[in-house]
Amino acid sequence: MTRETAIRWVAKPIVFTSALLPLVWLAWVVATSDLGPKGPLGANPIEYVNRHLGDWAIRFLLMALAVTPLRGITGWAQLTRFRRMLGLFAFFYVCLHMSSYIGLDQFFDWRAIWKDIVKRNYITVGMLTFVMLLPLAITSTKGMVKRLGGQRWTKLHRLVYPAGIAACFHFYMMRKGVQLEPIVYALICAALLGYRIAAHLKKKAARTAKGAATRVAADASRDRGKAGAPAS
Amino acid sequence: MLIKIAKPSDVKPSEITPKSLYLDRRRFLKTAAVAGAGVVLGTIAAPAPAHAARGPKLEGVVKSKWNLETLGEKLTDYDAITKYNNFYEFGTDKDDPSRNSGAFKTRPWSIAVEGAVEKPGTYDLEDFIKPHALEERVYRLRCVEAWSMVVPWVGISLANVIKHFGPTGNAKYVAFETLLDPKQMPGQNRRVLKWPYKEGLRIDEAMNPLAILAVGLYGEAMPNQNGAPIRLVTPWKYGFKSIKSIVKMRFQADEPPTSWNEAAAREYGFYSNVNPTVDHPRWSQAKERRIGEFLKRPTLMFHGYAEEVAHLYAGMDLRKQY
Ligand code: HEM
Repeated sequence: MTRETAIRWVAKPIVFTSALLPLVWLAWVVATSDLGPKGPLGANPIEYVNRHLGDWAIRFLLMALAVTPLRGITGWAQLTRFRRMLGLFAFFYVCLHMSSYIGLDQFFDWRAIWKDIVKRNYITVGMLTFVMLLPLAITSTKGMVKRLGGQRWTKLHRLVYPAGIAACFHFYMMRKGVQLEPIVYALICAALLGYRIAAHLKKKAARTAKGAATRVAADASRDRGKAGAPAS
Repeated sequence: MLIKIAKPSDVKPSEITPKSLYLDRRRFLKTAAVAGAGVVLGTIAAPAPAHAARGPKLEGVVKSKWNLETLGEKLTDYDAITKYNNFYEFGTDKDDPSRNSGAFKTRPWSIAVEGAVEKPGTYDLEDFIKPHALEERVYRLRCVEAWSMVVPWVGISLANVIKHFGPTGNAKYVAFETLLDPKQMPGQNRRVLKWPYKEGLRIDEAMNPLAILAVGLYGEAMPNQNGAPIRLVTPWKYGFKSIKSIVKMRFQADEPPTSWNEAAAREYGFYSNVNPTVDHPRWSQAKERRIGEFLKRPTLMFHGYAEEVAHLYAGMDLRKQY
């Protein structure tokens, strides 16, 4: 089996199927168990469903954000092949999370939903996150990459950084008091973005160092030229 | 004999117990009878056919005018009331309190009564409760997170407790405090809030007949996760006002600081009356989800207790003094 077949026909299907498990599990539980207080979703199954989907949305978003740092650390370039899938799964769970909010929590009370979006800060931020992720999902196809051109596409997809930050804010703001769990997610997000900043600074430093080195070399040869006589 | 055991108090079981549990009990009784096990088996199993490890039954509980018939609503399931809790001293997830409070020691327990009062002192829980009648009070409970329940509390009238200790003229407010014991209350090891938990009422609010200090629910001693051994219940206010596991009661002239107000003053006011028209920055308070139901229902002013408490706030701007 070539590496290409291994990625395309083994690794990717495995990642894809695993990424569906949180949803499959949830659907299975909803379909088969007692949705009362003794059941696995507890006394407020709607809250459970919404939080479960929100949890997986932010987890996949952070996993997508983890690809580049992991590639940098492990040197395993093939990791990038999974980035789009992880990002799309993040978006998939975001859509489900939003749908559960609209359909289960608010039961299509559009007036209440609109009031929530403009008035409740954490929901405003959640919506903002969604708005940032939407164009990324739309332009995730190969065709779109071509149409936009690699550079513009890359620039657009930098939106994922503020989206990650906003998702962490949404989570933190939604919890009352100072709670540990959203802080842990925010720290992971900060580490993943911090890695990029560090890598960027390092590259810049290297570039200026290299630039300086070439300049020194050029000056040296010019000086030598001025001196006229080759020192052979 | 069998039937007598199944009665939690002088209230008929059909009045206090949700249908499912009641039917379970009847089914059990029938089975027991068929099996010919009779009285003996009945005595062993009658306290809790549907649940293991429930609190001991409370003796001498009298029915109050706040009962299931006058309320006209369905009781929330026992399991929902005892497994879906906000009690951050035992963790921030809803099922943390029931999972982490099993070893919580509620005896011996004493309550310090301090400040502008004629009979200050530290009272043993039993002495604190003894002078007062144990009443069953079936109340709605409204959480600021926009969910609600109907709970059959057992408790003593807070007004009677206050009168018993004799507040002086300076007693304009009553401040309450929860136990501070990070060894027993693992949630206190993290500064989710400034511990110990603090709450307070204006004295006229505290004297309102609706306010009780609850020591049980469903006719049984208070489960730890619900604020054992003694907690406040003020059904016209958001749930967080109803402070749990109380160790201190202080009468004073100034408005006491309260925990959630300290954490986020814009979100949680001192009064925190249930009010569908005053929006909370985090949750719309116009509607609520009754636990066990799918569709949300409109929230009533003072959670349906306006007749009893609205006069306390006459002339106040409830938008500012939320
Ligand atoms: C239109 C956009 C969104 C809306 C309306 C929305 C709404 C909500 C609501 C109502 C809750 C609170 C549930 C509760 O009180 O129990 C919540 C929690 C949460 N949301 Fe969102 N959300 C949105 C977007 C997002 C996005 C884009 C993400 C992540 C990428 C996200 C991740 C989360 C997380 C992690 C939680 C907390 C779950 C927990 O407590 O375990 N949400 N969201």
